[in-house]
Amino acid sequence: MKTGLILLAPLLGLLWTAPALFLSTAPAWAVNPDEMLADPLLEKRAREISKVLRCLVCQNQSIDDSDADLAKDLRIIVRQRLTAGDSDTAVIDYVVARYGDFVLLKPPFKGATLVLWLGPAVIAGLGLWAMVVFLRRHSGQGGGPGDRQGGGTQAATGARAASRPRPAPLTEDEKKRLAKLLKEDGR
Amino acid sequence: MSKRAIYLAPLSVFLLMAVYFAIGLTKDPKILPSALIDKPVPEFSLPPIDNGTPQGYGKGFSSADLKAGGISVVNVFASWCLPCRTEHPFVTKLAKMKVAKVYGLNFKDAPKYSLKWLKELGDPYDAIGADPKGRVGIDWGVYGIPETFIVDGAGKIRFKYVGPMNGDILENQILPVIEKLKR
Repeated sequence: MKTGLILLAPLLGLLWTAPALFLSTAPAWAVNPDEMLADPLLEKRAREISKVLRCLVCQNQSIDDSDADLAKDLRIIVRQRLTAGDSDTAVIDYVVARYGDFVLLKPPFKGATLVLWLGPAVIAGLGLWAMVVFLRRHSGQGGGPGDRQGGGTQAATGARAASRPRPAPLTEDEKKRLAKLLKEDGR
Repeated sequence: MSKRAIYLAPLSVFLLMAVYFAIGLTKDPKILPSALIDKPVPEFSLPPIDNGTPQGYGKGFSSADLKAGGISVVNVFASWCLPCRTEHPFVTKLAKMKVAKVYGLNFKDAPKYSLKWLKELGDPYDAIGADPKGRVGIDWGVYGIPETFIVDGAGKIRFKYVGPMNGDILENQILPVIEKLKR
């Protein structure tokens, strides 16, 4: 038991230093202990709010993640507003009023962002519609149940086969020649 | 629908996206639209820079000054901000034209260094307010200085420029806005 612990010690040591190794390249832990609120409930709310607010200096980090000066100031403001009794939405509105919607990492759903939110669904819908129209048209032209490629269930392959002219059946001469070739091959 | 139209569809989609990206990708994502355009200036009152004397340096200014009528330019600067240094001659040029009152918002700066900076480069401002904690700056939506705001006589923010002003920006962006507001 004791030897096991001794063996584990260097491993634990490594685990302990590993974050420090990362820290040399990644930004430091953003929320500093001195910024935290004494009330754990308020602090938890502050953390949640900080996660949805963009750091405008680094742009793709939230103020919760960022070590930038402005992010720190905003974190403190968020905590001051919460301590003053603001609701979560009131705090977020306070920041949005100064920095605009861009400060929200998740863009709000409203008139100006309709294309952003609905665009992908509209494009996917158009694609689906085009696919249905294409497949219906081609499977209707002869890719029916009797189709050699697999019939109506495999509409895609059926459609592809149907779009090519069907080859004519072999003539008697051709059949004889084929038999001869196969026989030669077998020898 | 003719067959030819279908063949042209991918090409037209491509062209549409090409135009979209050609415009979208040349925009600088670092420059954000201000949420405060056409809104009244935030309520604030900034003291002068502390130079050890009771009256301080630079007079200080408040939202009341910006609402007193007449166009004002609010330039956010700091001694630690290198682009502010390259911008300084153009702020000076603008102030000398006397087309608008030019206020300096000294953002998160140590008085010692801002006073030294102003002594070295000259003080073009009609008044300077010190904002050592940056709280007033945040109320103005400041995120990367230098930033320059143009405020109309009624105290509404009408224009914002983010980044160092240069001759071109002064001539083609700042002055035209001031001219327009004068009329």
